[in-house]
Order: sequence, then structure tokens, then C-alpha cells
Amino acid sequence: MSSGDRYVFAAYTVVLVTVLVYVLIIALKVSRLDREVGDLARRARERRVAEQEDDREEAAVG
Amino acid sequence: MRNNRPALFALATLVLLGGGVALALFWVPDDADQGFSQRIFYIHVPIALTAYACFGWGAWKALRLLWLRDERYDLESYTAVHIGLIFGVLTLVTGSIWARASWGVWWTWSSRQLVMFLVLFLFYAAYFMLRYSVEPGRRRANISAVYALFGIVLVPISFLAIRLSSDLIHPVVLKSSGPDMAGSMFLVFCICLAGMLALAATMYNVELTGKRLDGHLRELREALA
Repeated sequence: MSSGDRYVFAAYTVVLVTVLVYVLIIALKVSRLDREVGDLARRARERRVAEQEDDREEAAVG
Repeated sequence: MRNNRPALFALATLVLLGGGVALALFWVPDDADQGFSQRIFYIHVPIALTAYACFGWGAWKALRLLWLRDERYDLESYTAVHIGLIFGVLTLVTGSIWARASWGVWWTWSSRQLVMFLVLFLFYAAYFMLRYSVEPGRRRANISAVYALFGIVLVPISFLAIRLSSDLIHPVVLKSSGPDMAGSMFLVFCICLAGMLALAATMYNVELTGKRLDGHLRELREALA
């Protein structure tokens, strides 16, 4: 490989690696968002269950 | 249709950039002066033009924010500048590699084109420092928008620097009389430019969706707290 070839290879590799790193960052972000949505869904479920229990208790007292 | 936009841009990127790079490496003839190393041109120049386009898009969104007082343009302007800065880094790195291959140095301060692009890059890098030094809200959106609008003035100066300057280090191939290259070279350059713009559009849409999702999740967390 001549020195000119090496520089062309280096330039194209830099671009490819940058795109791949960007894809990796986005993948990490998507998995974080997935975790957070799961956490919020669990909290919403717990809240609904707690509200239903409160309603049942109020009905029993009434 | 709107939700499919990132996928469509990603597909366009794959076809255009994949095809363009393959043609640049295996099809176009060697440059008579620089030989094989001239092939860096097919990614370096499209990347630089895409960075300008991103900064221009950011300024357009900033103008819309100041004009229409619609805060959603703040996130759009910020995202465009963010993507522009990534392409700015790539411009400097690929340009530096090409400089080393052609001129034997990684950087030269005697070329106004290089210095102007560095000034433009540092100006937009400072955008982030400014943005994160102000509390989120209307004030931050306005200050960021004004800054992004000021920055756009540097884009034509950077683009025209080489045409106005007397140095002959940085080559000029896109002249007012037309492209100074063979038809096949110009065709591959256009394909690579379209591919790079599609890549930027993909990144912009994905980044914007992620930032919007972050905002919605923050609202949900506050509502459920």
C-alpha cells in the first residue's frame, strides 16, 4: 500500500468509525429510553393498583 | 408518513453514500496531479458542504423561533447545530489527512480557507457553552437562536474565503464557470454530496426524535412523581 493509499484509507475509515460510534451512542440512548419508559409504566401500574385499592376501601367503609 | 422519515433518509443514505463511496474508490479515474489521494475529495468536500447546510438549517430554525415565537424550533435549531458540529469535526479531520497527503503537513495557518473553517467550527462549539450556561426556558431559547443566526454570517465568508484570498494552497474546483473536473468525477461528487446530506438528515431526525422523547419522559416523570 503506497502512502497515498494509506491516507485515503485513513480518511474513509475516520468517517466510517464516526458513523459507527454515532450508531452506538444512539443504541445506548434507545436502551436508556426503553428502561425509563418501562420504569414509568411500572410506576403508572402501581399507582393504578393503589387507586383501585383506595376506591375498594372507601366502598367498604361507605 | 412523518414517522417513516428517518427510515427513508437512512435508506437513501445507504444507497447514495454506499454507491458514491464505491464509485469514488473503484470507478473514477485518478487525478492527473494528486493521483489516488485525490479520492479524499469525494468525502471531504461533501462533508464540509453538509456542515454548512446543517448550520444554515439551524439558523433557519432559529429565525423561525424568533419570528413565530414557537419554542419547538429551539430544539430543532439546537439539533441542527449539534449535527453540523459533528460534520465540522469530520471536515477538519479529513481535511487534515488530505493536507498531509497533498502538502506534507497536517495543518497550515497560511490558508485562509482552513482558518475560516476553524473559526466557524469554534464559534459553533461555543454555542453549546453558551446554551448550557443559561437556565432552560424562553431566555435560553432566544439567546441560542440569536447566536445561531450570527454564526450563519461566517458560512458564506468561510465558503468564499478561498475565492477572495490570494493563497494558492487550497485548490478550487467548484468555480463560477462550472466544475473544474471530469464529468465522471463531478457525477460521483454529486452522488456523495447527496448521500452525505441524506446521512445528516437521518442523524438530524433520529437525534430530534430522541430529544423529544427525553422531553416527554421528563414531563411524564414529573406527572407521576
